[in-house]
Amino acid sequence: MSDTVREIEELTEAEYEYGFSTDLDTDIAPPGLTEDTVRLISAKKNEPDWLLDWRLKAFEAWKLMTEPDWAKLEIAPIDYQALSYWAAPKMKPVLDSMDDVDPDIRDMFDKLGIPLHEQKMLSNVAIDAIVDSVSVTTTFKATLAESGVIFCSFSEAVQEHPELVREHLGSVVPVRDNYFAALNSAVFSDGSFCYIPPGVRCPMELSTYFRINSQNTGQFERTLIIADDDSHVSYLEGCTAPQRDENQLHAAVVELVAKDRAEIKYSTVQNWYPGDENGLGGIYNFVTKRGRAHTDAKISWTQVETGSAITWKYPSVILQGDRSVGEFYSVALTSKRQQADTGSKMTHIGKDTKSTIISKGISASRGQNTYRGLVKMMRSAENARNYTQCDSLLLGSQCGAHTIPYIEVKNPTARVEHEASTSTVGEDQLYYCRQRGMSEEDAMSMIVNGFCRQVFDQLPMEFAVEAQRLLSISLEGSVG
Amino acid sequence: MLCVEQLTASIGGTQILKGLDLDVGAGEVHAIMGPNGSGKSTFAHTLAGRDGYEVGGTITLDGVDLLQMEPEARAAAGVFIGFQYPVEIPGVNNMYFLRTALNSVRRARGETEIGARDFLAIAYEAMDLVEMNRDFLNRAVNAGFSGGEKKRNEILQMAVMQPRLAVLDETDSGLDIDALRVVASGVNALRGAERSMIVITHYQRLLDYIKPDFVHVLVDGQIVESGDYTLALRLEEQGYADFVNHEHDDVPERPMSGAGT
Repeated sequence: MSDTVREIEELTEAEYEYGFSTDLDTDIAPPGLTEDTVRLISAKKNEPDWLLDWRLKAFEAWKLMTEPDWAKLEIAPIDYQALSYWAAPKMKPVLDSMDDVDPDIRDMFDKLGIPLHEQKMLSNVAIDAIVDSVSVTTTFKATLAESGVIFCSFSEAVQEHPELVREHLGSVVPVRDNYFAALNSAVFSDGSFCYIPPGVRCPMELSTYFRINSQNTGQFERTLIIADDDSHVSYLEGCTAPQRDENQLHAAVVELVAKDRAEIKYSTVQNWYPGDENGLGGIYNFVTKRGRAHTDAKISWTQVETGSAITWKYPSVILQGDRSVGEFYSVALTSKRQQADTGSKMTHIGKDTKSTIISKGISASRGQNTYRGLVKMMRSAENARNYTQCDSLLLGSQCGAHTIPYIEVKNPTARVEHEASTSTVGEDQLYYCRQRGMSEEDAMSMIVNGFCRQVFDQLPMEFAVEAQRLLSISLEGSVG
Repeated sequence: MLCVEQLTASIGGTQILKGLDLDVGAGEVHAIMGPNGSGKSTFAHTLAGRDGYEVGGTITLDGVDLLQMEPEARAAAGVFIGFQYPVEIPGVNNMYFLRTALNSVRRARGETEIGARDFLAIAYEAMDLVEMNRDFLNRAVNAGFSGGEKKRNEILQMAVMQPRLAVLDETDSGLDIDALRVVASGVNALRGAERSMIVITHYQRLLDYIKPDFVHVLVDGQIVESGDYTLALRLEEQGYADFVNHEHDDVPERPMSGAGT
């Protein structure tokens, strides 16, 4: 092994800084998944019958389905009966203000760098904080309500805005869509709900912060965002989890509905615990994210994926309305023994629809990184266009990068472009930077950040800074 | 200021430098000329501390032993290499790169870092020196630059870094006559009593523009002749044939992408 390879490996063995766990008094269901579990969750949340029925239908469907095995992932068998499907920090039933948030929970979020006190918040961001199965608080609700924006936990939306939930739940990701979506539909615990009324430009960034805290629990959140005609919203999602030796299952569903001329920008910085360098522990992240774009609407996904032992995730857009636009910008970093099979699916239905996929995969140490994408031009998609660019960066000699694009074109006027590249951080590049006085770590992180630039440019300012920092940390060795 | 004694360097078991001696005083400009494969670039890399060489002998800069230092520490000590083939770093903004470089060496020297606004003034001044368009700062480092632009960018970096010792490795290669003039006038403007320069070149052409105080002929890993500027003129007329020991022809250079002699 050359010096450079060894140095790169040292650099990529980073410590996970969010690995602490918090001792919260938690209400946790016994392990196991049966119809009774589904009924228990629904009862805990005091749900209406239609929602219980919807869950039960999903559960019946799930029982008949099998786990997908087409991804390039090696996954230890998951024992779905060994997991607990409900974990909620015990707290006061009603939160009148931020001061009512359990101090332990507040401390936990402070430690994560996410203060839940509105007056302490730096930026113009409203946050829904979710711990294990439930939303613990949503900030700036009153401010948002002034412009008619609804931003609350999913459970609250079910109680307060049942008609909106009922109309849209499962309208983009049907319960039978895939194994993990069906499972989520049956047992989802909480998540965020957001509705932007017609013509409203949401006055602040909306954000959900997910934190898995309990042991041996699965986390199944459900997010639903509806942007009514001519509205605009930018949504951020962040996630961390404690460092534990066993794998934890996370199977979320996110549905976006962008009505006529609406725009939804959804950004994720995913930093679940990735497991250690021997592949022990880490989150299994199986996520279904999809949006439906109506006439002249635009949906844009940006993701920075640095965590999780397993990532299985394909944020997608159904370009249903004419002239609708779908975008996917992704940075996926796999280090240690992490595996990621991620990409996007763009389904063009409307005329003159346009989609862009920019994927940057970084593989270090023994990480395995696969881009998997589908661009589908339906018969009706006159003059539809797609541009896909997949770039892979290899750091070291024991990692892997794979690109698997699928293209289906049923309309001869459609145009699809695909570009791909694979490169390494050259010894020459590191030497050049070091000759200019930079340390090897600074040089490495500068070069890798440069590689990701196109994607980072899409992130809101604070998130871009956070993403760069995260990437640097993930690439730094014990020195950092 | 720079003192090189009995410097040897080998790579992959092949010895390239075989006891090189050189003294460069403060403010002096030395030209090193030599045929392909004589070890000119290896000498530059050895000064910079590139990984992969087995190095013997001594190199001191202002009395400090360079050979014990990492490349970035040598940069902080004032060593600057103008590369023959500057690498591209896609996505990294030229201005950001320059400021990071400058602040890295300043930090290492215990000096205060320079803020974005003050840096801009420094950068603009340096850019005027090499007649560079301001939009250069917003492009990615060397990405898509022409050969001439890359070389000018090296001189721009040198002007910003204000090194104690500048080593220009075949800065003239691949330059047309106009670019050569611009690069040379930039270099000349950076000459000073506190700055020494080593100009490595194949041809005498560059030395018409950058007049050296001393000229050395490097053949087969050793300096075989030293003199003043007239030595360069003599080489131009007679070539290296008189100096080359033909038994040692075809000594392989460091095998790596993009590197030359």
